[in-house]
Formats: sequence, structure tokens, C-alpha cells
Amino acid sequence: MRRFCKIEIKYHSINTTKIVLTIKSGLTHLGQYVQLMGRALTQPDRWRMFFKQYVTEMFQLGYNSIGIVLIISFFIGAVICLQIKLNIQSPWMPRMVVGYTTREIMLLEFSSSIMCLILAGKVGSNIASEIGTMRITQQIDALDIMGVNSANYLILPKIAGLMTIMPILVTFSVCAGILGSYATTLMGTTTVPELDEGFRYQFNQWFFWCGMIKAIVYAFIITSVSAYKGYTVEGGSVEVGKASTDAVVLSSILILFSDIFLTSMLT
Amino acid sequence: MIQIQHLYKSFEDREVLKDINATFKDGEINLIIGQSGSGKTVLMKNIVGLLTPTSGSILYDDRDFVSLSKKEKIKLRREMGMIFQSAALFDSLSVLENVMFPLNMFSYDCYEDRKKRALDCLARVNLVGAENKFPGEISGGMQKRVAIARAIVLEPKYLFCDEPNSGLDPKTSIVIDELISGITHEDNITTIVNTHDMNSVMGIGENITFICEGRAEWQGSNKEIMDASNQKLDDFIFSSDILRQAKELHDQQKGIKV
Ligand SMILES: Nc1ncnc2c1ncn2[C@@H]1O[C@H](COP(=O)(O)OP(=O)(O)OP(=O)(O)O)[C@@H](O)[C@H]1O
Ligand SMILES: [Mg+2]
Repeated sequence: MRRFCKIEIKYHSINTTKIVLTIKSGLTHLGQYVQLMGRALTQPDRWRMFFKQYVTEMFQLGYNSIGIVLIISFFIGAVICLQIKLNIQSPWMPRMVVGYTTREIMLLEFSSSIMCLILAGKVGSNIASEIGTMRITQQIDALDIMGVNSANYLILPKIAGLMTIMPILVTFSVCAGILGSYATTLMGTTTVPELDEGFRYQFNQWFFWCGMIKAIVYAFIITSVSAYKGYTVEGGSVEVGKASTDAVVLSSILILFSDIFLTSMLT
Repeated sequence: MIQIQHLYKSFEDREVLKDINATFKDGEINLIIGQSGSGKTVLMKNIVGLLTPTSGSILYDDRDFVSLSKKEKIKLRREMGMIFQSAALFDSLSVLENVMFPLNMFSYDCYEDRKKRALDCLARVNLVGAENKFPGEISGGMQKRVAIARAIVLEPKYLFCDEPNSGLDPKTSIVIDELISGITHEDNITTIVNTHDMNSVMGIGENITFICEGRAEWQGSNKEIMDASNQKLDDFIFSSDILRQAKELHDQQKGIKV
């Protein structure tokens, strides 16, 4: 019996040291992240170079994601509409419930949070592997030697670029979702007037702005976290791969956490 | 002139550089030689400020780099050019854009002037006609030459080269060496080159610092190296048969003269 207790205690103590170590490394990362952001979020050395990079990044991170955003949103909009029609609507429910629910789901959660989660996978891994490769091939050292603020030059245009383009992507996503639900009328499950009524029912403009605010916050999380992961890579291609996976996982988790905060704060 | 005084650098508990003292002269090729893993790259990274020394000082014409403020460091860095072991070109930019990059960042000249200056530098390293290619499309030797052009485009006072001819054939190595040597003498630059290539040592080494296991063991010129009575240096330099024979011949001739 006594031996059993001893084992119990030992098992317990290993667990606590592990937890302490995890907390410690978490805090170290947080400190490094804040420091890096402090260097990145300053006035650019040359505005001309910044704007050039800014436009390039908007194109690369945003414009190239429009296709995937439109396709996913269109189909999800259609599927939500179908599901609600088939599973929720019944003779006791008002007619407009299909359109109303589809609109609220797209506006409140799908187009902002879920879309950003999907984009975290696409954009986050892209940023982390690009900056990580620059780190291991000494391109970042080369920038530093020239006296360029490498964090500012590389990271700020990405943050600014995605924060600009993300609200536009979210708007596109809402529109595509609504188009998708209209498309289901072609299958005969719903009718256009039915949907119209739902879409117009008690429209609250603030919900749209909530989506925009969320999109901007998530854009910052995705770019800054992925850039941090890439910027601090040490080693070779294996580490770059790991950094890009970590970037996606970490930014997704942070998006989900901040979704809870933002939702309770904004609505 | 760059002076290193009592420089120590350790990683966690591992001491890589131990009490390095060296002087690197203006308008000369200063070589740092030593075995792989002896600490040459670490020393150079300390000199240019990519690593912070554990203790000691690095004097750039009497300005101690370690104790400079952030702003002064950035100002001093604009007087430096560096060529990395892996060339480190920006792979999203073309050759011309790579060379123009420092100008775009720091020069207030108009576009035409900047472009002309970059093209002049490319001509200096014999790369006319390659300006629109991307780093992935040119050979290793050409990448090194682009890196040289990028490093000299702002007319630096100090030039650093980490193994400029690693991975190149002997003939291309000599071309690169001669380029660096020519630029150093024409523009009166303080050049520091890391190398373990004996051709460079004998060819362009005007002021050689030999590092062994993190210590500066010997300093002198390529003319003195044959007569240096340092066992570790001899073991390193004359490790190949050809050079050992050359050394024996040299010693014999010296014996005859004396
Ligand atoms: N960031 C680091 N962390 C820990 N140890 C390091 C680090 N960088 C270098 N070292 C160690 O310092 C020693 C010297 O490395 P360095 O890269 O300076 O060698 P080198 O003389 O340049 O060799 P080579 O000729 O192969 O390039 C090596 O043993 C290496 O393990
Ligand atoms: Mg090295």
C-alpha cells in the first residue's frame, strides 16, 4: 500500500514539473513574440518600399485566396440552407426561418470565424514557410547587416496587407453564401420569395460590422503568429516544415479563443 | 581598421571563442583561416553584430561596436557589406533588383541613377546580361558575384566575406578572390575573408589570422607563413602532400641561402 502511494506521488511530481516547464516556455515565446512585434510595428525605413511590399502582399495573400473563399462559401451557404429546410422547417415554423437562419449563420460565424480558420491554413503556412526559408538561407541576416529592420520590412506589409484585404474577403464570403442558398431554389427545395423574406427579416447591421471587426483581428493573429513562427526558425528544412504546421495550429487555436471573447464582447 | 580585443563567446556552457585578439588593416585582404568548426563563422558574426560577444570589444576605427547605441549600430552597419557562405540573395527578386535593393532602401537618388549604379556594379563583377535572371536560374559562382555586387553597391568601408569560394571550382575561386582583392585595393576597403582554401591563403592573404579551437594562434602575411614556427599552423596549412613538398623545397632553398 505504501509503495503504491509513493508511485502516486512520483507520478504527480513529474506532472507538475512538466506543467511548470510548459508555462515557462509559453511565457518565453510570448515575450519573444511581443518583442518581435515591437520591432515590426514601427514606422518603415522607406515608405516607398513599404507600399510596394504592401500591394504585393495584398495580392499574394488576399487576391489569391478569393477563389477558395468564393467556392467554399457558395457551397456552405447552399448546404446550410438545405439542412435547415429539410431538418428544421415544419408546419409550425414561420416560412422565413430558412433564409433568416442561413443569413445569421453566414454573417455571425461562418464568413468571419470559420472562413478565417480556413484561411489560417492557407495563409499561415505560406507566411511561416516563406519567412522561415529566408531565415535559414541567411536572407534575414543579410537584411540585418545592411542596417534594414528586417522584422519591419518583412512582417509589417504582411500584417497590413491581410488586415486590409480580410474584410473584403469576408464580404465576398457572405455574398457567395447567399448566392449559394439562392441556388438551392433551382432544386425546388425552397422558393425565392421565401428566402427573400428570411434574408430581410429583422436585419441588424451591427452583425455585419461584428464580422468585419472579427476579420481584422483574425487577420492580425494569422499574420503575426505565422511570421513569428517563421522568423524564429533555427535549423533546416525540417524545422521550416514544423514551423509552418505550428503556425497553422497556433493561429487556429488563438482564433477560436478570441472568437469566444469577441463574440461575448461584441454581441 | 578593425581591432578585436579579448573576445570571448560561449553558447550556453560551450566556449567557442577564447580570448581572441586581432587587428584587421585598411585596404588589405585580412584572412581568417582555420579548420572547419574552429569558430571562424562565429567570430565573423560577432564582428558584424549578428551575435553578441560574451565579453571583449570590437573596435571599428576606435568605435566600440558592442557598446554603441541601437541607432549608431544601424548607422555603422550602412558602412558594411557582407557576402554570406550561401550568397543569401533574395530569391523573390531578380539579379538587378537584388543589387539595387540597398540603394532602394538607403539612397535618395532617382530611379535611373540607382539603376545605373547597380548596372555598374554588375559590370564590375562581369555579370552584364544577367540582370533579369532570378537567383534560382544562375550558377553558384554567379550567385557569389551577385552577392559581391550587392555588398559593394553602397561603397562600404568594411567588407566581410564568409567562405566566398566554398563550393566553387579552383578556377572560379581564383576569379572571385581576384575580384575581392581588386575591389579592396581600388576602394581602400577593410576586407575580412573567412576561408580554408589554401589557394586564397597563398594568393591574396596579406594579413592572416589563424584560429585553432577558438584561439587566435598566429597572425602574419602569406609571405611569412612558410617560415612561421607554429606547430598547429604548420599542421593545418601543410596537411596536403603538395603543400608539404612545397614547404620542404622552401626549407631546403632557405638552407642553401643561409
Ligand atoms: N548558434 C550556435 N549554438 C551553439 N553552438 C554553435 C552555434 N554556432 C556555432 N556553434 C559551434 O561553434 C563552433 C564553431 O562553428 P563555426 O560555424 O564558427 O565554424 P567554422 O570555423 O565557420 O567552420 P566551417 O569552416 O565549417 O564553416 C562549432 O563547433 C559549432 O558547433
Ligand atoms: Mg563557417
